[in-house]
Amino acid sequence: MSLKQYKEVIFKPLIDENPITLQILGICSALAVTNNLSVTLVMCVALTSVVAFSNLFISIIRNYIPSSIRIIVQMTIIASLVIVVDELLKAYDYETSKKLSVFVGLIITNCIVMGRAEAFAMKEKPLLSFFDGLGNGLGYSLILIGVAIIRELFGSGSLMGYEIFTLVSNGGWYLPNNLLLLPPSSFIIIGLFIWAIRTIRPIQIEEDDFAVSKHSTAPDLTKRELNV
Amino acid sequence: MKESVLRTLLVAFTICLVCSLVVSYTAVGLRDLQNENKLNDERKKILQSANMFDSSLSIESQFEQLEMKYVDFSSGKVLDTYKDFAIETYNQISTTRNPLLSTKIPASEDIAIIKNRENVGKFYISRDKNGELDKIILPIRGYGLWGTLFGYISIENDFNTVAGLEFYSHKETPGLGAEVDNPKWKALWPGKKIYKDDVVRLSVLKGQVPSDANDIMYKVDGLSGATLTSRGVTNMITYWFGDSGYSKLLSELNYES
Repeated sequence: MSLKQYKEVIFKPLIDENPITLQILGICSALAVTNNLSVTLVMCVALTSVVAFSNLFISIIRNYIPSSIRIIVQMTIIASLVIVVDELLKAYDYETSKKLSVFVGLIITNCIVMGRAEAFAMKEKPLLSFFDGLGNGLGYSLILIGVAIIRELFGSGSLMGYEIFTLVSNGGWYLPNNLLLLPPSSFIIIGLFIWAIRTIRPIQIEEDDFAVSKHSTAPDLTKRELNV
Repeated sequence: MKESVLRTLLVAFTICLVCSLVVSYTAVGLRDLQNENKLNDERKKILQSANMFDSSLSIESQFEQLEMKYVDFSSGKVLDTYKDFAIETYNQISTTRNPLLSTKIPASEDIAIIKNRENVGKFYISRDKNGELDKIILPIRGYGLWGTLFGYISIENDFNTVAGLEFYSHKETPGLGAEVDNPKWKALWPGKKIYKDDVVRLSVLKGQVPSDANDIMYKVDGLSGATLTSRGVTNMITYWFGDSGYSKLLSELNYES
């Protein structure tokens, strides 16, 4: 196991194989929890630890998992880890856990976690799998933090709850963009991120699933008449 | 490795056993801490509903400023003791499971869908520097859209003006019904009046209160997209300030002062 391999599994998912912008996975929570940076950070830590440890544990027992029940075994491990994370949050960061409400529980259904378990941890060694999970969690976090910075800064004029732009309602000059407080705005921001990344790395541009056929014209009736 | 039914069952069983052990160990191990958080959160909401919360001071020291009393719902009398309960730990919500300590509300009167109401409730009194009664803080609850909302409403010493409203537990939709936690919406409550000619008139409307509406002090803007939650809040107010709620207590206190 070379050092290069470890580097690859950690750094590749940041830009080159980012789970959100390349694989378009796990964007559900990217929409829901990104209107406030501090909440987003907690969510990122929660998801990164779940995906890293689920990869680790699944990889440890990968040779013992019967293939007929492998998905349900993965789900059991992931679900248990999510419950543990949720319980820890309720005990040590109650305020944030109240704000995240159901979204911590929804990490269970986050496609990144299952995707990495099925695609990577079932084949590779435990430590490498752990770092792969860490890398993918960080890739997810990178995009989420980016979205959250834009949404909180321009949506409420603050970052981490500290005021950056003084709002008109507080006697300042900044009129916040209310669209950014609503979940659909993350769609637009993530779309812009994807556009930016694919402009820098054109290799990520997907081939069209189908080609649009050439504009066809009606058969030339005059010719047909001549043939008759 | 060879696959067999027995091995599949064995792996499934082992995984379930290990996972359930881990989950229950964390849940049990962290329960005390979580309960403390919950309690502090509820105390904070009690203080916030009376606009008394100061984040620079500890919740406990501020909470000690409040006076705790029992109220007998059937007579409206304020009690200092109730059976052998300690007032600090008395939980009126868990007493509703005991038929000896609670009364079943007839379905026709149960507009807030509470089912059983405790015979004796607990409420809080805040006094000013001279020891005069300043505000009272009353627990209320009622059904919204997805579940019961639990909260506190504080009343000024005219026993008719709302001083604040806070919910500490609910299951409403984030972004819609959960906007009951929105500070802007909660700020609409202070100053509203509850009774007009001894009838509860305070209600949450559907949509905004027109600026030219009469009785504006009895009306609160509805939560947009959350008609059922808004209606739930209205029902809750109507029930808890009605005859089987706090109305007797309020007239008792009004008479005393």
